[in-house]
Amino acid sequence: MKSLEDLEKKINSELTTKIKKTEIKHKQLYIDIDKDDFIDVTLFIKTNQDTKFRQLIDITVVDYLEKSQRFQLVYLFLSHEFNQRIILKYSINENEIIPSLTNIFPAANWMEREVFDMYGVSFKDHPDLRRILTDYGFEGHPLRKDFPLTGHSEVRYSEEQKKVISEPVKLEQNFRNFDYESPWKGTKYIKEEIENNDKKN
Amino acid sequence: MTKKIKNLNLNFGPQHPAAHGVLRLILELDGEVVEKADPHIGLLHRGTEKLIENKTYMQAVPYFDRLDYVAPMNQEHAFALAIEKILQIDVPIRAQYIRVIFCEIGRILSHILNVTTQALDVGALTPSLWGFEERETLMTFYERVSGSRLHANYFRAGGVHQDLPNGLEEDILKFCDTFPKIINDLENLLTDNRIFKQRNVDIGIVSKEDALDYSFTGVMIRGSGVPWDLRKSQPYDCYNQLDFKIPVGKNGDCYDRYLCRIEEMKESVSIIKQCISKMEKGPVKSSDGKITPPPKKEIKQSMEALIHHFKLFTEGYRVTKDEIYTAVEAPKGEFGVYLISDGSSKPYKCKIRAPGFSHLQSMDYLIKGHMLADVPAVLGSMDIVFGEVDR
Repeated sequence: MKSLEDLEKKINSELTTKIKKTEIKHKQLYIDIDKDDFIDVTLFIKTNQDTKFRQLIDITVVDYLEKSQRFQLVYLFLSHEFNQRIILKYSINENEIIPSLTNIFPAANWMEREVFDMYGVSFKDHPDLRRILTDYGFEGHPLRKDFPLTGHSEVRYSEEQKKVISEPVKLEQNFRNFDYESPWKGTKYIKEEIENNDKKN
Repeated sequence: MTKKIKNLNLNFGPQHPAAHGVLRLILELDGEVVEKADPHIGLLHRGTEKLIENKTYMQAVPYFDRLDYVAPMNQEHAFALAIEKILQIDVPIRAQYIRVIFCEIGRILSHILNVTTQALDVGALTPSLWGFEERETLMTFYERVSGSRLHANYFRAGGVHQDLPNGLEEDILKFCDTFPKIINDLENLLTDNRIFKQRNVDIGIVSKEDALDYSFTGVMIRGSGVPWDLRKSQPYDCYNQLDFKIPVGKNGDCYDRYLCRIEEMKESVSIIKQCISKMEKGPVKSSDGKITPPPKKEIKQSMEALIHHFKLFTEGYRVTKDEIYTAVEAPKGEFGVYLISDGSSKPYKCKIRAPGFSHLQSMDYLIKGHMLADVPAVLGSMDIVFGEVDR
């Protein structure tokens, strides 16, 4: 498609019910879908003559700890032909297993392994779902919002045992997360509050 | 009598001079032919993305230097652009030129390192001795502008940290005059060299289709004949005002990728020259006091400047709730930042898309059926730097 608006129309008309929401911002098309329609939508945008999103740029997850559907999966696609980018998103619950893209895009292999490693999201039919970035024998999923920045264990060389050992983190000083939210809200805030109070009275 | 022959498993790395960093490669060999390659990465994983989530936007910039540490400013560029697009800041034209100059210097830095170490891997020592001298000159430019040779921390949302010091423009121009001769010298040593060609021609061939399937970007996709460069196709900063060519390969083998890099260095020199000739005096950062710290002189006199300074270096600036993916053409390929801001002064999420990550995962596909001696050649031509692969 020539322009992003045409692309948005095309996708909305061809995939109608499968699309929850589309939005154009920053010269990119953001699409919200349901988990079940994911493979269909991906196949469509990859193979259709008017879209040709032949390249999967990246896969990632956003962790919204407080939402009922905790993880949002984000897929970035690029079409060389039309010089456009699509950002495809869907939300899942914490323990849901999602379909793997490895059959459609071989490049998804390591990206899904990274997602699994960092967030603990599992993929169905992935040929080789192992940890990738963390250490051998690592526990936990570091990019989850409830994983502490300092981690749980640290390694050091033990002079007595003559080998590298892993033990719980001991810090002289914890990571200090300062709260910069100013208690001063300015005059406008006070005025509004007085007005609200006046209305109540 | 029949003998049973077993495949040999070979552990290549993590401490191996040809592994270009901390790569552990488990190779399954049938005689001298590689049957399977399983790269184990993550030995340099530092949790950059997690750390960035816990730092203000300004404090996050230095982490980008430490990704692809041979071309630091190119990464900072992607992050700066992401914030600028969300906040809709206009960057002064002089700052755009300065950023492009230093991105191209980064490209030359990275390509010299790659071309010469690739030659080193296949047995040529001299190119690296010649090339590294030039890298040293380039790194002094980095030092003069930012105060450090490698970890520059120079780009800011809205411009750059400070203007070029006196005389730097002339010195960069001088370098641009002498450097093409060095490229020629390198080419004399390598391009027609019989051994270099034997080791690289028809090794690690990538077809156009596979380059797309495996998410190749940068030289890896251009070497296979796809004319795709973000500087041309999705221009950022002032690239659309500059005149440069995109070298494209034909066969998609290690040798074509080497030729692409050599040509790109020549183009970079021409880009730098154009920038310096077009550059005029002017501001180098956005004038918005909510984003840019005030000059030291003003702090002594102006109460407002003092407040801005205090707020910027404690709380940092806030970025409105939004999400964005921005990509730049880093020397190794498409380097992208997927940034989610939540209105506070720290990013909610910052996913870094490193080109080397998707290149390295194709190792198994590229090396299958090649000889063991081709492993360093293919690895060298992929231009892997572990800072960005492991993040």
